[in-house]
Amino acid sequence: MLKIENLHASIDGKEILKGLNLDVKAGEVHAIMGPNGAGKSTLASVLAGREEYEITEGTVAFEGKDLLEMATEDRAREGLFLAFQYPVEIPGVSNVNFLRTALNEIREYNGQEQISAKDFMALVREKSAIVELDAKLASRSVNEGFSGGEKKRNEIFQMAMLDPKLAILDETDSGLDIDALRIVANGVITLKSDKNATIVITHYQRLLDYIVPDFVHVLYDGKIVKSGPKELALELEEKGYDWIKAEFQH
Amino acid sequence: MNLETIIPEMAASVNWKLEGKHLLSEDLRKKALSVLENMPFPTTRTEAWKYTRLAKIRNGNFVARQEQLASNRHQIDLNAISLVFVNGHFASNLSSSHFPDGIKLLALSQMEVMELSVLGNTLPLEGELFNAFNTAYATDGVYLHISANMHIKPVIEITHIVTGTNTISHLRNVIVAEAFSKAHIVQQYVTENANTCFTNVVTEVSVAKNAFLTIDKLQYEDESCFTIATEQVTQATDSNFTINTLTLNGGLVRNNLNIAVNGQNCETHLNGAYILKGSQHVDNHTVVDHTVAHCVSNELYKGVIDEKATAVFNGKVFVRKDAQKINAFQSNGNVLLSNDATVNSKPELEIYADDVKCSHGSTTGQLDDEAIFYLRARGIGEKAARQLMVGAFVGDVFGKLTNEAVKTRVDQLLQERFEWDFVG
Ligand SMILES: Nc1ncnc2c1ncn2[C@@H]1O[C@H](COP(=O)(O)OP(=O)(O)O)[C@@H](O)[C@H]1O
Ligand SMILES: [Mg+2]
Repeated sequence: MLKIENLHASIDGKEILKGLNLDVKAGEVHAIMGPNGAGKSTLASVLAGREEYEITEGTVAFEGKDLLEMATEDRAREGLFLAFQYPVEIPGVSNVNFLRTALNEIREYNGQEQISAKDFMALVREKSAIVELDAKLASRSVNEGFSGGEKKRNEIFQMAMLDPKLAILDETDSGLDIDALRIVANGVITLKSDKNATIVITHYQRLLDYIVPDFVHVLYDGKIVKSGPKELALELEEKGYDWIKAEFQH
Repeated sequence: MNLETIIPEMAASVNWKLEGKHLLSEDLRKKALSVLENMPFPTTRTEAWKYTRLAKIRNGNFVARQEQLASNRHQIDLNAISLVFVNGHFASNLSSSHFPDGIKLLALSQMEVMELSVLGNTLPLEGELFNAFNTAYATDGVYLHISANMHIKPVIEITHIVTGTNTISHLRNVIVAEAFSKAHIVQQYVTENANTCFTNVVTEVSVAKNAFLTIDKLQYEDESCFTIATEQVTQATDSNFTINTLTLNGGLVRNNLNIAVNGQNCETHLNGAYILKGSQHVDNHTVVDHTVAHCVSNELYKGVIDEKATAVFNGKVFVRKDAQKINAFQSNGNVLLSNDATVNSKPELEIYADDVKCSHGSTTGQLDDEAIFYLRARGIGEKAARQLMVGAFVGDVFGKLTNEAVKTRVDQLLQERFEWDFVG
């Protein structure tokens, strides 16, 4: 589904990603862990198409297509979804209005009909229930005045509404209390199928107790320096990143 | 038609051919003419015109002209009582002829000399060149009188159409809402095949005791045309006045809104939205003068400025010495959509009372790139994302509109001019 090869990306002339490789297939869950500043959010941003980053080398294929050639909105329309580490507040734009616009633009791109108002509202009800998002929040301005946990739940609600092929969750668990974490994780699990894939970027092993990854990767200094089964996450939690740093710092 | 060229000896010398009859009293006209004789055209050194250049108006070769139109294709609300003026002249063929009980609605030109002689006195002439021009040369306008205790259910729609090249129109409207009355007026300014025309319109409004009056002022003239529109409003005790100024087109538009709140326990609402592009220049000058205690005024103006357009906002709120317990709020927000767009925003409070609650603020910024990225990352195209953001920004002003037909028209006009879809 996603094939990243030798990806180099820089911002303001500073190289952040330094030759990153990753291969994600349908049905898989990949966890990416790594110390602060390693480049995890940069990877997510580059995949979503944030224009500030310059891609200096490498390729990214998404369902066989050249992802890096696509505009941000086309990536989303092709089925890529990024749950933001820091969701943006957009005063005056209602959550449901914007989602209806998004859903219809995605449908139009894929040659599908517009969703009817009735079906849309039914979908909102169904999907907001998955993350136990208050219906009132669904109709408020996007993320405005939401608590940290509500913002993260709103990200997963949007993911549920848009039903992407590949979801990238950037620290969706950070700052969540244990109950909110369970709700968010349950949401992600409910949406999982063998046709879609998930990349979970996280600091903490605890999320992976719920969303069990098929692979765990360690991102360090702009590269994936280690990959392994889910047990690697436990090892990282125990030992921290220093042993990795020691191994690769030269 | 008897055309008069303003004599070059006048200080405010211009090469305009105007109609030289007087609409209001002869006395007023004399006063106005003497102002014109002695007062030069304002320049950008004149404080009130600091950011608005009048050269194009001053140097225009404008001519007053009449034209008959076969139809009014601008009507907003089909249930409205409608009065139409073309180039400053009443178009009886396009106007309603039956009116509900409780209103007197006609063109000033249809009124008796005696009736007219008492009108027009609330407008300051000294130092106000365009008021003086209007008083000396107005050709026609609306006289609307709402009787005491009457609630006029249909909207009263006044349409000013301008046609032709270099046409000059001087309109004078008088609106009187008597005690405990209630009405909703839509004033719209539009053009048909018009090019570099100039319109100078004055509307005097008197809101009597406990009357409720709302005016939607919708401006959609050709981008080559110039307009100066002045509302001179007085409010009596317990009255409620709202004016929504929506400027969606027009080359040079100057709005003067002067509101004297002369009675206690009044509410005054001034809302404005200006959505500009090209080389439009739109200047909103507002004055709310709280002369007595226990009143509320609320002012919200928002602008979206694209391409090389410029906007000016100057909002003054006076709270006079004995006007205690005044709540006066004023805010002006602007979004610049291009690097060449500019805005000059100056909210001003002058407070001489000590027990008041007043605030004012002004913001100017760009659309939030982070938010646009967020919307695009959900599959919304860039143009639609920007439009959503713009709509969200000015939405609270459009949200003040209460008449569905007006909302629909605003939507249509925005769609037509910007391919945008705001009001929803
Ligand atoms: N706009 C920017 N300009 C320069 N450096 C940046 C910018 N944004 C992020 N960085 C740097 O890129 C590196 C990676 O950041 P990030 O991808 O956010 O890390 P992570 O998500 O793994 O914590 C950090 O060293 C950060 O300081
Ligand atoms: Mg990060």
